[in-house]
Amino acid sequence: MGLDYSQIVNGIIEKYNGRKEAIIPILQDVQSELRWLPPEAISLISKRLKISESNIYSIATFYKSFYLKPRGEHVVTVCMGTACHVRGGGKIVDALSEKLKIKPGGITSDGKFTLETVNCVGCCAIGPIVILDGEYYGKVSPNMATGLLESIGKEMKNVGSEKS
Amino acid sequence: MLVLKNPDDLFRYREDLKKNEVKNFISISSGTCGRARGSLKLIEGIEKAIKELKTEIPMKITGCHGYCTAEPNIVFFPEGTFYANLSHSNAKEIVESFSKGKIEEKFLYREDQKTYKILEDIPFYKKQQRILLSDNPFIDPTKIEDYILRGGYTSLVKALSMKPEEIIEEIKNSGLRGRGGAGFPTGIKWEIARAQKSDIKYIICNGDEGDPGAYMDRSLLEGNPHLVLEGMIIGGYAIGAREGWFYVRDEYPLAVKHLTIAISQAKSLGLLGENILGSGFSFDVKIARGAGAFVCGEETALIASIEGKRGNPRPRPPYPAQQGLFGKPTNINNVETWANVTKIIEKGADWFKSIGTEKSKGTKIFSLVGKVKNTGLVEVPMGMTIKELVYEVGGGGQDGKKLKAVQIGGPSGGCIPEELFNLPIDYESLTSAGAIMGSGGMIVMDEDTCMVDVAKYFLNFTQEESCGKCVPCRVGTRQMKEILTKITEGKGTMKDLETLENLAHTVKNASLCGLGQTAPNPVLTTLKYFRHEYEAHIIEKRCPALVCKELINYYIDPNKCVGCLLCLKNCPSNAILGGNKMIHVIVQEKCIKCGACLEVCPKKVSAVIKLSGEKREGPKEPIPVQEWKKMRGKESEK
Repeated sequence: MGLDYSQIVNGIIEKYNGRKEAIIPILQDVQSELRWLPPEAISLISKRLKISESNIYSIATFYKSFYLKPRGEHVVTVCMGTACHVRGGGKIVDALSEKLKIKPGGITSDGKFTLETVNCVGCCAIGPIVILDGEYYGKVSPNMATGLLESIGKEMKNVGSEKS
Repeated sequence: MLVLKNPDDLFRYREDLKKNEVKNFISISSGTCGRARGSLKLIEGIEKAIKELKTEIPMKITGCHGYCTAEPNIVFFPEGTFYANLSHSNAKEIVESFSKGKIEEKFLYREDQKTYKILEDIPFYKKQQRILLSDNPFIDPTKIEDYILRGGYTSLVKALSMKPEEIIEEIKNSGLRGRGGAGFPTGIKWEIARAQKSDIKYIICNGDEGDPGAYMDRSLLEGNPHLVLEGMIIGGYAIGAREGWFYVRDEYPLAVKHLTIAISQAKSLGLLGENILGSGFSFDVKIARGAGAFVCGEETALIASIEGKRGNPRPRPPYPAQQGLFGKPTNINNVETWANVTKIIEKGADWFKSIGTEKSKGTKIFSLVGKVKNTGLVEVPMGMTIKELVYEVGGGGQDGKKLKAVQIGGPSGGCIPEELFNLPIDYESLTSAGAIMGSGGMIVMDEDTCMVDVAKYFLNFTQEESCGKCVPCRVGTRQMKEILTKITEGKGTMKDLETLENLAHTVKNASLCGLGQTAPNPVLTTLKYFRHEYEAHIIEKRCPALVCKELINYYIDPNKCVGCLLCLKNCPSNAILGGNKMIHVIVQEKCIKCGACLEVCPKKVSAVIKLSGEKREGPKEPIPVQEWKKMRGKESEK
């Protein structure tokens, strides 16, 4: 139990009338529901659309925005665009890597954070850019970046204390 | 529900809208970059203040106004008063200022001790010729009414009254060239697509703006989606297509959102769908979201992606115009090209031709970013020199730093050195200097930018984005990247430079698609214009710009350190020894060169410095500041 994705997957496939060429938006929609593409979901899609699993994996590994591993509760994305790079985007990744003790693409052992990089989010004028759970932050310094993580840590503690 | 059945319906609808048009309003710039600077919080604050002050102020949440340095910013209309760099804590004062009609000096934009009231007077805007971007501050992109009020869909009416061949002739005559990078004449492309005999044809809008550093397409799609959509409908009518596709990057969620709304509003008004405005012409569009692959900006790869395949490019011919999406004739143009189509049909080819140079007509939007004072989106006539753009619009370097180069054209482009800043910006001049127009990313680099590092950055990018289908690109970019990495680590040899150059030419000549064919450009241009930097890394083991990690050291100047503990506390690797009022020392073996110490050291102290290729002697262990001063005093007595 808990791994039965058939309802979600079937619903999404129906939305696209089961068309094979809609495989990319189908994977995108499944991912936005589940936050990643679990093997069980891929297997279901394969059966429903009659596309081999290897074919689906060849697509899912080609495109960078598909995740074949679970992602953390919070996702920190650092922009690696040229403008961010010349303004020190690399240092932000280093600082976050050091803080979280993971490399880009990795997830912390407690499953709280995933660190990701992205080629460019098009906010070049106010780089370096960090995106934390879909919220954009501009003109970030290494210290600000690690500070952002801490602010999340605190929020979570506060939530916990309110509940108790 | 209102459906516009013929052109008169549209004109009447516009007249009706005009009767209720609000002319006094606050326009809030809230594209993705505005949001990153807090525009949503500002909006929330203003809404709250309006309620608190029990007043009524019309607010328009618009796309990007273009001046990203000044985000979040607002404009009061009709006067055009511009307030810059606001914060949500200013909300109440902003609302009061608007309702009392009194200008709050402190929110006005200031540059070089001068204060500017009106948006257009600001140096950043003054030299621009904003045609495609000019409507952004007036349009709430989620409201088709705003676009129609600004004259929207008049071009479509005009186009539908023309013969398709006449439209193609008009576009050809205008001299419009593709804004996606290569600069192919748009009219000729259309003519070829029109000439194909096929019951089904497709139109595609390429919004896979993958060049890092370029975001004009995002800004157009977010801020004025109907301008692009209208161009596409006209294009569909001209080549005889009934279906169009937007291909938009996955990294642009707000653009996708606004485009989705725009399409549904245009459909419900009858500006899209069956029998548009009673013309007998039917056209529908769909959106395909990219999935994070740079190569999908290449047209054959993009088509493969819409078809649900890996985005591998294929050899041309056949060109998409002959055999494109689902095997049918397909015409692909870039977002900015489509926006230009709408304007050309509205104002005529002769008007368009009057702007720009002999071979490059019209305006071009650039994203002026990197180490330049005024960053943002600029729209200027073709032929303006790089110097004018960077110094007069961009205001020159940040903090008085000396500029070194601009990188134009993304990973396919090149670096143009400061000596060549008199070059006019047009397709031919940029190509002759080894760069390309590309989609318009213009990244300014200053003395603190290492050109070898920049070349490595781009090769790292193209190597990761290479689809792997052809050997020269797959293997060649990897080899080049490895050599560049070696050089930045101080392990390069002069022989490597030769190999690098040879490889660059091979990859350029033998790759299958544009990605590989242009990938060596950043290397070739930096080798051509900045060879001395490569040599400094190889021969002197020194990074002149103090960027390459392996070749730099951080060091605390004992004559300046006040022993405040700030750097010590912020060092993530505990590499700093010290104590209160003790001179701090960096243990080089432990230092990970993150630069946190440099960042936190107070400006007035400035004790932390970066060095490359030189050593400084100082205390090995922390000693009290006073003691060091005494020692120094004795030394100088000697």
